[in-house]
Amino acid sequence: MAELSATAPEPARPPKSQRPKGAAIDPLFKICCAASATLILSALTGVMITLALAGWPAFSKFGLSFFTSTEWNPVTDVYGGAGPIVGTLLTAAGALILALPLAFATAVFLTEFCPRSLRRPIGVAVELLAGIPSIVYGIWGLFVFAPLFAQWVEIPLMGWAPPGSIWEAVFSGIPNGSGLLTASIIVAMMILPFIAATLRELLLSVPARVRESAYGVGCTSLEVVWSVTLPYVRRGAIGAVMLGLGRALGETMAVTFVIGNSHDFPHGLFDGGSTIASTIANEFAEATSDMHVAALAALGLVLFLMTFIILTVARLLIGAQKNV
Amino acid sequence: MSKTLAVALAATLIAGATAAQAAVTISGAGATAPAPVYTKWAEAYKAKTGVQLNYQGIGSGGGIKQIEAKTVDFGASDKNLPIGDLNAHGLLQFPTVIVGITPVVNLPGVGPGQIRLTGPVLADIYLGAIRRWADPQIQKLNPQIRLPNLPITVVHRSDGSGTTYLYTSYLSEVSPAWKGKVGASDSVQWPTGQGGKGNDGVSAFVRQTPGSVGYVEYAYAKNNHLAFADMADHDGAFVSPDENSFKAAAVHAAWSPSNGFAPSLLNQPGADAWPIAGATYILLYKQQTSPMGGEVLRFFNWAYQDGDGLATSLAYVPLPASVKEMVRHAWMTEVKFDGKPAL
Amino acid sequence: MFARRTRRTVASGAFMVFCTASTALAMVVLVAILGSLVYNGIGGVNLNVFTLDTPATGSIGGLRNAIVGSILMCAWAMAGAVAVGVLAGTWLSEYAGDSAYGSLVRLLNDVLLSAPSILVGLFVYQIAVKPMHGFSGFAGAIALAILAVPVVTRTTEDVLKLQSRQLRESGAALGTPMWTTIRSILWKAAGGGIVTGILLAFARISGETAPLLFTALNNQFFELNMTKPMASLPAVIFNFALSAYDDWRRLAWVGSLLIAFAVLAINILVRTLSREKRRP
Repeated sequence: MAELSATAPEPARPPKSQRPKGAAIDPLFKICCAASATLILSALTGVMITLALAGWPAFSKFGLSFFTSTEWNPVTDVYGGAGPIVGTLLTAAGALILALPLAFATAVFLTEFCPRSLRRPIGVAVELLAGIPSIVYGIWGLFVFAPLFAQWVEIPLMGWAPPGSIWEAVFSGIPNGSGLLTASIIVAMMILPFIAATLRELLLSVPARVRESAYGVGCTSLEVVWSVTLPYVRRGAIGAVMLGLGRALGETMAVTFVIGNSHDFPHGLFDGGSTIASTIANEFAEATSDMHVAALAALGLVLFLMTFIILTVARLLIGAQKNV
Repeated sequence: MSKTLAVALAATLIAGATAAQAAVTISGAGATAPAPVYTKWAEAYKAKTGVQLNYQGIGSGGGIKQIEAKTVDFGASDKNLPIGDLNAHGLLQFPTVIVGITPVVNLPGVGPGQIRLTGPVLADIYLGAIRRWADPQIQKLNPQIRLPNLPITVVHRSDGSGTTYLYTSYLSEVSPAWKGKVGASDSVQWPTGQGGKGNDGVSAFVRQTPGSVGYVEYAYAKNNHLAFADMADHDGAFVSPDENSFKAAAVHAAWSPSNGFAPSLLNQPGADAWPIAGATYILLYKQQTSPMGGEVLRFFNWAYQDGDGLATSLAYVPLPASVKEMVRHAWMTEVKFDGKPAL
Repeated sequence: MFARRTRRTVASGAFMVFCTASTALAMVVLVAILGSLVYNGIGGVNLNVFTLDTPATGSIGGLRNAIVGSILMCAWAMAGAVAVGVLAGTWLSEYAGDSAYGSLVRLLNDVLLSAPSILVGLFVYQIAVKPMHGFSGFAGAIALAILAVPVVTRTTEDVLKLQSRQLRESGAALGTPMWTTIRSILWKAAGGGIVTGILLAFARISGETAPLLFTALNNQFFELNMTKPMASLPAVIFNFALSAYDDWRRLAWVGSLLIAFAVLAINILVRTLSREKRRP
């Protein structure tokens, strides 16, 4: 009976020398990995907190007028960010309007119409376009595109406009090729490959049978794409568009080169303007008064919040799409 | 592969550290107006002594801000700080050369010195009151050329600039409308026009835009073959910008350490005095915490002694010898490192 | 009925033309940009560019200090980004699973991936330049590292997730501790993909300008010391391109040519590497 009451002997823990080497490091490794992940979190929150703290004086002094006034006056230390904010929105919207149809068309071309042998080279070419650094777009825009734009579009239109007519007001601005419109065009060129590449991935993810069944009932290519494939990837497509928008909002170097740097609202099609990013790039290194720095940081916070919201929604949409 | 990378990085770190022992580097930042001459001096000084002076033209506002934040060894600004600010921060301000700001235009058929403008007319152009080149007010000053009916594209600075400070101070002096509406500072709210970054940016825009007008430091106008304008001086006669007219502007100036060596050189009376002239300044902390201050002073001492030729070749006007002596005296008595004169 | 069919066919045909034209336009832009770079820059590419430093006005010079500065700052940035990024990607793939915290980190990582780089520059100015009282190559490297980490994290996580469960189970079956499994099995198996991510991150940060403006400033001389302001190709291009001097503008084109082709070469390299992996 004594043997029955005796519990089964505990399996002896192997002596330390026989335990797998490095088992003790496991928890440490896990902590290192988790810490790295947290570092990413803190970098992002750090950016936001820094901008908020630095920009607070501007918000508290100017209140709502910071968003509505275009008066940017370092002499009297009165700052209204409406010019850069509106410029950012206009440039991004203009870029999106120009890029979206073209990106969509390019993605469709690569998935539907392109001969198989050309698919990879053209796909690679589109992605190379996405990889060109922003400053290269800027220098190309300033030295190559702007003079051509001035010569072939701006000056003819400005010269043609009958004096005193509505057209004269519409086609007014700076005749050297810089301005908000030029900036929109350059940014459109930059976001087109992004949106096209993402849309292409999404279109490729549509199951073959869905497309084939549409072709099978006699749909033309346009109808298949427009009425079948696109609605299938609608969520992800919207996400891709917002991703492009997020990138357009934050574009700095390409815009700074060609936008003309004026704090006013544009009055004509070819007028100059500014964006939040270009204003910060131009003025931060030399803003001496505390309020000037605060105004720039406040603008930075506005930009951060805009991109944060748009990018978060975009990622959620694309993520939801991929899980369908 | 990661091991080789780590070794390579460690090697560069060591190389950098040893290199730091070998070459002394001074860093300075600020005004773009004197940047051509400072960088030329730095090149020659390095060839002579091996000391590297790294000067970055980020605008006078940037120079003031960075020296106040103590991120550079010295700041440079065409906008002089008032003596109250200097004392509050413990800064010494001294001039290096005299610069001249000149309006530049881009008009077909108009070469350097072929167009004449006056202060009030310039102010009206920059206020947006005069919009076309064929305007009678401009034509009246220039009976000898036929001005085209182009719209005037105004170009100004997009960054905080001592050049702007000098220019807007001049406009404020000669145009009550300008003074009331805009005022004078290194960064103002421009009623109209396009902004260029640095003297460089303004020069580039004017070069590229027919019908444009801008204002730049004279060296930029000369080096880029821009068409500068002759201006009316205090007595109404028209003057061309060059070393002589800038020197004439400085002849009556009252230099003194008590106002930070900053007399106004604008719109000076006297024959052939260029109306938009000014000195450009260096800002340095009086209490130095490292030998860098001494190195900075040694550099500018060399510049005072041997740099005049390089300066005049770029159309900057060296200071009168008497002013240099006053400045040297200020260096010896005011800039200290460890209780002793830094120089 | 036939009219409607014709209309549909015509519409579809027009659509196809539009799509082809759009793609052609994109190709034209690519060729135009690369062509301009070669046309304006190739004439200035000579030995001076790699052996002389950035010139003062009117002097002869090159881009040596800018090239070396860029390489140094990018190398340091990548060292930091690889350490943090690979570990964070590993955490997301192996330890975090579907937890809420993991999803949050993933989301914020993606936001940081597309965030405006100028704001990162402002942030690093506040935390590294002001307290240290100086612009420095290290501050520039920190800013670039913050921009590179999300790329590395994302690709590491994606590539680790692709590894089969059997691989992990084989490690567990042998009784190896988790970190050894990760290090010796998973990382080795996913090695190619991780390297791809690193190359992509490098390509991205080598072209970044805005964050360097307020952190590393610029330097007209050759500098190996990372605690001092350093020149970088993008910053030099920014300054020289906006100037009015022809020789400076020519150097700006040469610098742009160098950056653009370096980035393109890395992208093509990445593509060939990943294609070779897929073949066996």
